[in-house]
Amino acid sequence: MTALSQRVPSRFLPVIATVVLFVLAFGAGSARYDGFASGQVIANLFIDNAFLIVLAAGMTFVILSGGIDLSVGSVVALSTMVTAAGLRAGWPVPLVVLAVLLIGSTLGLLMGIVIHKFDIQPFIVTLAGMFLARGLCFLISVESVSIKNSTFRDVATAAIELPGGVTITYNVVIALVVVAVAVYVLHRTRFGRTVYAVGGNESSALLMGLPTARTKVGVYVISGFCSALAGLLFSLYMLSGYGLHAVGMELDAIAAVVIGGTLLAGGVGYVLGGVVGVLVLGTIQTLISFQGTLSSWWTKIVIGVLLLVFIAVQRTMVRR
Amino acid sequence: MKNRLLWPLLALVALLLLNLVVTPSFFSLRVQDGHLYGGLVDVLKNGAPTLLIALGMTLVIATRGIDLSVGAVAAIAGAVACVHIGTSDSAGTAIVGMVLALALCALLGLWNGFLVAGLGIQPIIATLVLMTAGRGVAMLVTEGQIVTVNNTAYKQVGAGFVVLPTAILIALLVLGVVAFVTRRTALGMLIEAVGVNPEASRLAGVRSRTIIWTVYVFAAVCAGIAGLMISSNVSAADANNAGLWIEMDAILAVVIGGTSLAGGRYSLTGTLLGALIIQTLTTTVYTIGVAPEVTLVFKAVVVIAVCLVQAPKARAALSFRKVAVPS
Amino acid sequence: MTESPPPVVEMRGISLAFPGVKALQDVDFRLFPGEVHALMGENGAGKSTLIKTLTGVHRPDSGQVSLAGEDVAFSSPGEAQQAGISTVYQEVNLCANLSVAENILLGREPRKLGGIDFPAMRTRAAEVLARIGVHIDPGSSLGEHPIAVQQLVAIARAIAVDCRVLVLDEPTSSLDAGEVAELFRIMRVLRDEGVAILFVSHFLDQVYEISDRMTVLRNGALVGEHLTADVDRRTLIAQMIGRDLGALEAIEDAAEKHQVEGPVLVRAEGLGKRGAIEPFDLDIRSGEVVGLAGLLGSGRTELARLLFGADRADSGTLLVDGKPVKLRGPRSAIAAGIAFSSEDRKGEGLVADLSIRDNLVLAMQAARGWTRPLPRRTKDQLVEKYLKALDIRPANPDALVRTLSGGNQQKVLLARWLVTEPRLLILDEPTRGIDIGAKAQIQQLVTTLAAEGTAVLFISAELEEVVRIADRIVVLRDRRKIAELDGSTGVDEVVELIAGGAAPEPEKVVS
Repeated sequence: MTALSQRVPSRFLPVIATVVLFVLAFGAGSARYDGFASGQVIANLFIDNAFLIVLAAGMTFVILSGGIDLSVGSVVALSTMVTAAGLRAGWPVPLVVLAVLLIGSTLGLLMGIVIHKFDIQPFIVTLAGMFLARGLCFLISVESVSIKNSTFRDVATAAIELPGGVTITYNVVIALVVVAVAVYVLHRTRFGRTVYAVGGNESSALLMGLPTARTKVGVYVISGFCSALAGLLFSLYMLSGYGLHAVGMELDAIAAVVIGGTLLAGGVGYVLGGVVGVLVLGTIQTLISFQGTLSSWWTKIVIGVLLLVFIAVQRTMVRR
Repeated sequence: MKNRLLWPLLALVALLLLNLVVTPSFFSLRVQDGHLYGGLVDVLKNGAPTLLIALGMTLVIATRGIDLSVGAVAAIAGAVACVHIGTSDSAGTAIVGMVLALALCALLGLWNGFLVAGLGIQPIIATLVLMTAGRGVAMLVTEGQIVTVNNTAYKQVGAGFVVLPTAILIALLVLGVVAFVTRRTALGMLIEAVGVNPEASRLAGVRSRTIIWTVYVFAAVCAGIAGLMISSNVSAADANNAGLWIEMDAILAVVIGGTSLAGGRYSLTGTLLGALIIQTLTTTVYTIGVAPEVTLVFKAVVVIAVCLVQAPKARAALSFRKVAVPS
Repeated sequence: MTESPPPVVEMRGISLAFPGVKALQDVDFRLFPGEVHALMGENGAGKSTLIKTLTGVHRPDSGQVSLAGEDVAFSSPGEAQQAGISTVYQEVNLCANLSVAENILLGREPRKLGGIDFPAMRTRAAEVLARIGVHIDPGSSLGEHPIAVQQLVAIARAIAVDCRVLVLDEPTSSLDAGEVAELFRIMRVLRDEGVAILFVSHFLDQVYEISDRMTVLRNGALVGEHLTADVDRRTLIAQMIGRDLGALEAIEDAAEKHQVEGPVLVRAEGLGKRGAIEPFDLDIRSGEVVGLAGLLGSGRTELARLLFGADRADSGTLLVDGKPVKLRGPRSAIAAGIAFSSEDRKGEGLVADLSIRDNLVLAMQAARGWTRPLPRRTKDQLVEKYLKALDIRPANPDALVRTLSGGNQQKVLLARWLVTEPRLLILDEPTRGIDIGAKAQIQQLVTTLAAEGTAVLFISAELEEVVRIADRIVVLRDRRKIAELDGSTGVDEVVELIAGGAAPEPEKVVS
C-alpha cells in the first residue's frame, strides 16, 4: 500500500501509460506512412469509434463500481434493430430515439435490480441480458433491416467542418458530450463519488452510510442507457439494424476500459482513460489497414497482448 | 444432491414432453445402415461439444474459477488440425493433426493456469486475454480463410457413426473418464476443498496451485476435443465462428446443473443434464417453428430462472414469506 | 466521575442468539456523556455483538436500547449515525481510493449547483481535522497515508456529524506507541467536549490509561461494571479469563504434571516476524504439553502460525530434531510432522461443504497428492476409528461438516490432524465456543496424546484450562514472550505476570 502510493501520481500511472502508448502507436504510424499524421486520420479515429467511446464511458461506471456488463454489445444490436424497425414502421424520429433509450435503460435497470436484490454475480446476470437482447433482435427480424428515413440519413451523412479542413460527424459530437457528462457525474456529484466508494470497498461504503444499493443499480442503468445511445450512433454509422451487429463489442468496450487504466476490481480509473483506450484500439486498426499486408486478425492478437500487459501492470500495482 | 438435480431433471423432462407433443415422432428411433437415427440422437449429437466443454468448465468453476477462453481454444484446435491435414486423406496425417491440436490446447490451458494460479489474476480477466487473442491466433493459423478438408478419418470424429454418432461416444467417454478419475483418485475431493475454502485447504497442506493448474489444462483439452468435433462435423475450420458463444452455453450448462459459480461442490451429472437442457431447448425452438436465433431469449429466461432458484437471497426472500405468515 | 448526568446510552436485558450460539444473554450496559468507557472481554465474550447491537447492525432478540432517554431500534448503521452514534472499526472502514476530504464528508458534502462544492468540502474537512489536531492535505488520497492516519481520518468522519456517542472498536491494534498517544489525546479532547466514548482494546495498559469506567463481558454474559480506578488488573483479568467455576475438575487428576525430560523435538531460536511477534526462543519436547498464556493480541496465534509456516518468519531459525528446517509453507511443516489446528474453525480449518469423511482425511490425502488416493478401506477404518475415539456426532461419515455443532466440528478438525500422526500438534483455542462436555473430552485427549509421546502446543484464552493441562507455560504479553513457568504454577501467578505487575524480565531477549 505504501511504497508506490506515497508518490501522488501512482493512480495516474496506468492512464499515463495508455497515453504514452497512444502517442507511440500514432507516432510510429506517422513515421512510417505518408498521410498518417493528418488531422483527418485523428478525426476518423473518433468517427469510426464514436459508439465505442459511448459504450466505454458507460462500461467505466460499471467497472468502477466493481461490476461488469456483458450485455452492451447485444443492447447495441437491439437498439439498431428497434431503430430500423421503428423507422420502417413510420414512427417519427424523436419517438424512435426515446423508445430506444428507454428500452436500453430499462434493461439496465432490470439487470441492476436482479444483481443487487438477489446477490447474483453481475457476470451471469448480464450474460442473460446479452442473450435476451440478442434474442429480442431476432424476434423483431432475423434479416438485416436497412434504414431509409431521410432525416436519419441526413444526420448520418452530415459533416461538420472544423478548422484545417478536417470534418467530423454528429456522432463524434454526441460521443464527446457523453464523455463530458460522464466526467462531470463521476467527479462532481455524490453519485459519482459513491460509485468510486462502492468499487473501492463496498462494505466500507455501506458502513459509511452511503446509498450503495441505489448506486449499484444506477451504474447498470447508466450502462444500459449508454449502450442504447451507442446503438443509435451505430445505426447512424451503419444505416441498418441487424441482430448480428456489434457481436463481441462488449469485449472491445471492456478491453478499452482496461487498457485505459481502469482497475477491473473497481474503484480506480477514469472515463478519459477509457476514451484513450478506444483511441489505442482504433489506432491499431488504422495502422494495420495502412500497413496493408498485415491481416485484420492481428488486431485481435495485439488487443489480447495489450490486455495482458495492462492486467499484469495492474496486478503488480495492487500487490505493491 | 438429489434435490439439486430435481429441478434440472424436471425441466429436461418437460422440454422433452413438449417436443413429443409438437413432433409425435420425436422419441422414435430407427436404424439405417447400422446407424441409429432419431430426435434424441440428434439432441445428444448436437449437444456433444457443449457437454465436453461444460465438463471442463465444471471442474474450473468448482475451484472458484471460470474459463472464458474455451470457445477460442476450440477454434484454434479445429484450425490447427485442418491446416495440418490440408488436402491429405490419410488417417495418419489426421491423427498427427489432432494430437498437435490437443497438445497446443494443453499449452494454452497451462497458460491460463499460469495467469490464475501463478500470477493470481482473477480468472474472468485472465481468461479474457485468451478469449480475445485466441480467435486472432486461430485466424493466424488459417490465414483468415475457412480451411476445408476432405479426410475420411478426420470426418469420423464429428460426423462418423459407430452405431451411435461418434461425437456422442466421445463425449460420453470423456464424461466417464472424468467421473472415474475424480472419484477414484482424490482429485475431486481436493478440487472441492480448494473451491469451498482455499485458506483451510492451504493450511491442510493441499497443493492448490497444482490443482488449479490441472483443471485449466483439462478444460482447455476438453475445449480442444470439442473444437475438433465441430470442425470435423463440417470438414472445415472456421476461425471466426467455430465455437462462438460456446463458453457461455457451457457456463450456463454448469450453472443449470446446480454447480455454484461461487465454487465448491460440483455435479457432473448436473452438468450433463444442463447441457442436454440447452440442446433440447435449441431443438425445441427449432421444431416449434420459431427462428433458431430466438433460442437466445429462452436461454436468457432459463439462466435467470435457474439463478433465482439457486440464489440464497431469493430463497431467503421466499422462505421468509412462508415463515412470516403463520407467526 | 460522579453519576449526576443521566446515561446517554442505556441497554437493558439485551439477548441475541445466532444459530447454535447464545451471543448475548441478558446484558445491561450504560454509557455516560463525557466518559471513556472500556468494554472488556476475550474473543467470543460478546463485545462486537454488543457494539453491533448498539450501532444497528444487529437487532436484539429481546431487550431495549435507549438513547438519551428515548427508546430506539436502529435497523441500519446509517440510522444509528443519524441519531449521533458513530463507529470507528479496527479495520479502517473507509475507501482508500478516495480523497481524505471525501472520506470525511461523502454523503453529507457541501454542494453547489447540483455538484459537489470541492473547495468548500476541503475547507470543511480541514476544519474537522483541525478539531482533532490532524494536519494533512484534505485533497490527498487516503491510501497515501499510513494506517494510523487513516484511523484518525475515520475518527474525523465520525465526529464530522453531531456525534454524541463515539464507538472505537479496537482502534489501537495496528498503531505504535506514539500514534496511540495521539489517539488518546484526541479522545480526551472529545471526552471533554461531552462525547461519550465506548472503547474496546485488548491492551490493558491502554485501558487503564484512558478509560474512566469499564464493563466486563464473558461468554455473552455481563460480569460486572466498574469504575476503572476501583478495579486492579488482577481482578479484571480474573473476571475476563479466570476461574471457570464448577467444571472440568475431573481433568485435574488425569493431567498429572510432569517434568518432561528427553530430546527437544522442535526448537525455535530467535524466531519472529515484524508486527506479529517479537523474536522468541522456545523448546518443545516429545510428550510434553506446552501451554501458551496471554491475552488476546498478545501474539499467541502469531507464534503458532510461525511454527507451522502458515506465515513466514523474517528472523530466526526453526530446528526439528536439532536440524534446521526451512518452512516454506504448511506443506513443509506437515512433512516435518507438525500439525496446526487454527482458532478460526470456519475460515481456516474446516471445509464446511464437504463431509466428515472428506474433512477427516484431507490433510493426509493432501500429503499423499491427488494421484495416490487413500484406499476406501483404509479411509473407512480411519473414519470409524476417529468417529468413535473422539465421540463425533452424528457418527455418520457422510454428514456435511457445516451441519455439525461447534464441539463436533472441532473434533473433526482435531481428527484430521490425528490421522496424520503428527509429532507436534499445535492447538489454537481448540475449546473456544464449544460445550462443556466436548471441552472435557478434548482436554482429556490432549493429555492422552502427550502420554503417548506427542508434543502439544496448547493455546487457550482460558487460563484455568492452560494451567490445568500444561506441563510448561509460556506467557506472552504485547507480542513478546515474557516468561516460561513450570506446570505447577498457579492461575494467580500467571495472572500476575499477564497483568504486568511484577513481571520478570524476559529471560532471553533476542533482537
